[in-house]
Amino acid sequence: MVDLSVKIGDITLQNPVQPASGAFSWEYNDVIDLNRLGALVAKTICREPRLGNPTPRMAETEAGIIQSIGLPGKGIDYFIAHIVPEYAKFTPPLVVSVSSETIEDFAALAEELSVPDVDVIEANISCPTRNSTGGNFAMHEDYTRDCIKAIRAKTKKPLWVKLSPNAGDIVSIAKAAEAAGADALVIANTFLSLKIRTDNFRPALGNKFGGLVSPALKPIVLRMVYQVAKQVKIPIIGIGGVTKAEDVVEYMLAGASAVGIGYAGFRNPTALISIIDDLAAWCDERGITKVTELIGAVRDQDMETDTLAAASVGV
Amino acid sequence: MTLDPNHNYSNAALRIGDVDRYPRRRVGEFIGIVASNAGVNDEYRHIVVKVHEQALKAYAGQMFHLLCPSPDGAEVWMRRPMSVYRVDKAAGAVEFLYKIEGRGTRGMGKLQPGDEFNIAGPLGAGFKLEPAWKNIVVLGRGVGLATLAPLSQLAAEQGVGVTAILSARHQGVVMSKALFEELGARTVTVLDSDGTSAVENVERVIEELIAARKADAFFTCGSNRLLKLTQRLGKKHNIPGQVAMEQIMVCGFGACYVCMRTFEVDGKRVLRRVCREGPVFNMQEAVGW
Repeated sequence: MVDLSVKIGDITLQNPVQPASGAFSWEYNDVIDLNRLGALVAKTICREPRLGNPTPRMAETEAGIIQSIGLPGKGIDYFIAHIVPEYAKFTPPLVVSVSSETIEDFAALAEELSVPDVDVIEANISCPTRNSTGGNFAMHEDYTRDCIKAIRAKTKKPLWVKLSPNAGDIVSIAKAAEAAGADALVIANTFLSLKIRTDNFRPALGNKFGGLVSPALKPIVLRMVYQVAKQVKIPIIGIGGVTKAEDVVEYMLAGASAVGIGYAGFRNPTALISIIDDLAAWCDERGITKVTELIGAVRDQDMETDTLAAASVGV
Repeated sequence: MTLDPNHNYSNAALRIGDVDRYPRRRVGEFIGIVASNAGVNDEYRHIVVKVHEQALKAYAGQMFHLLCPSPDGAEVWMRRPMSVYRVDKAAGAVEFLYKIEGRGTRGMGKLQPGDEFNIAGPLGAGFKLEPAWKNIVVLGRGVGLATLAPLSQLAAEQGVGVTAILSARHQGVVMSKALFEELGARTVTVLDSDGTSAVENVERVIEELIAARKADAFFTCGSNRLLKLTQRLGKKHNIPGQVAMEQIMVCGFGACYVCMRTFEVDGKRVLRRVCREGPVFNMQEAVGW
């Protein structure tokens, strides 16, 4: 029997597989047993009720889908009164994702969301279709530090910070978040993208820009997780392109303690369950008794490379 | 790049005969087997998919989310929502009637008997027949008639009389006529080719049905024009109705909020999810498209 449990700060997850915020709701209970997931991650909530962006909200591209939803929701009061109790019916920890356009409101929201049934606050400072001074604080080191510091001062709940892959230097931003009091880092949100239709010359999405969601993101985000893991001490949740158990293994080898999954659950509604089962089988076949053995276990110090091959082509 | 549709990430999907280990299930991810997939006329195709018994719970107006194979070697990233055409409980199969429009349906057209086909569902809220309705009018156009066809089965089971107004460009592409008639519905075909599909003529046909007390409720799909017409006549004569709508869809479970449509409720505009609150909605609240 493989021990799949992992710790993210003080929170223990029964396995390292959780849904990504925005790609999940308790309504998936219709098709999978939510009690088997590592954590439950609610859609990002804002203070005000929001309708979201104009349709179409999704378009297919050659290498994945782009989507721009616009954080629709019924606002924080409805969320605490009606949505949190829906999640409380299940056993895994509840991660509540939150977003705001100002630092003061962000902190106030985090405080108001610090109710008993909420286990973790995930600060979504990286919604790709918001600008860097109006919610997408993760584009900039200073904004990230100021925002996370303010949230930290208002909540004792574990605080996870979701970073942007669209920032130039994600390592500096990750370090800023850690210094400001983050308990874990979620790497990363979606990649800002655009599709233009050649039949009518118009952007394919109602909001023009969208975030790219695709297995194609995995090598890029994996690189970010690897780089950040070398520079911070807090745990990392890797999100980007996970479609199978080996992808979870890869993220953990790079230094992640857990993964979030979006696209795979859209494609195969039962994918998260398959991935958890397959991860246990993968470990079992290799005599790995604790999945935590994989965290940061990448063999980057004893690589076998042929230096002569490089020399022969003149590098 | 392409992903294998039935490897790795769908080990938890149900194949025919599998024991279902999730008793709270309302929806399944099923790996069915194609029994047949053939053209029915110049434009439409009919596919029969043998599936796990849990998929046979689908009723009229509900959808399955289809993981279509690639038609061209490149990935088809998202499932395609499609309403169920027929549920054949005896044969253990669900059936779909479709028109090849884009890459998803093009890939679907290539499926051969014996191929695996991954479908998730049944999704959404379908058609509902109120006990007070003794005679209903079903109006559809094009592939929208595939969505309305199982209503005839539902109505026949509940002893409700059906008049189906089938609208099409020409006689060669009239859909579902045989299926409606087989189940006792009276059909009226209206065509663009002879002008009978014009709004004035369809309106006259409906007014006659109303006068003959054969229109306790309207059901429509596939035509904005027919929706507007039945909304108007419904208001005029105080006759309720339901409309099946579609929208680009991602998750199918109400999580992603991609498949939104606008509705007007008590004078206010609201957004609803086609996958969850729909795909069948109160006709009078639909804003159309």
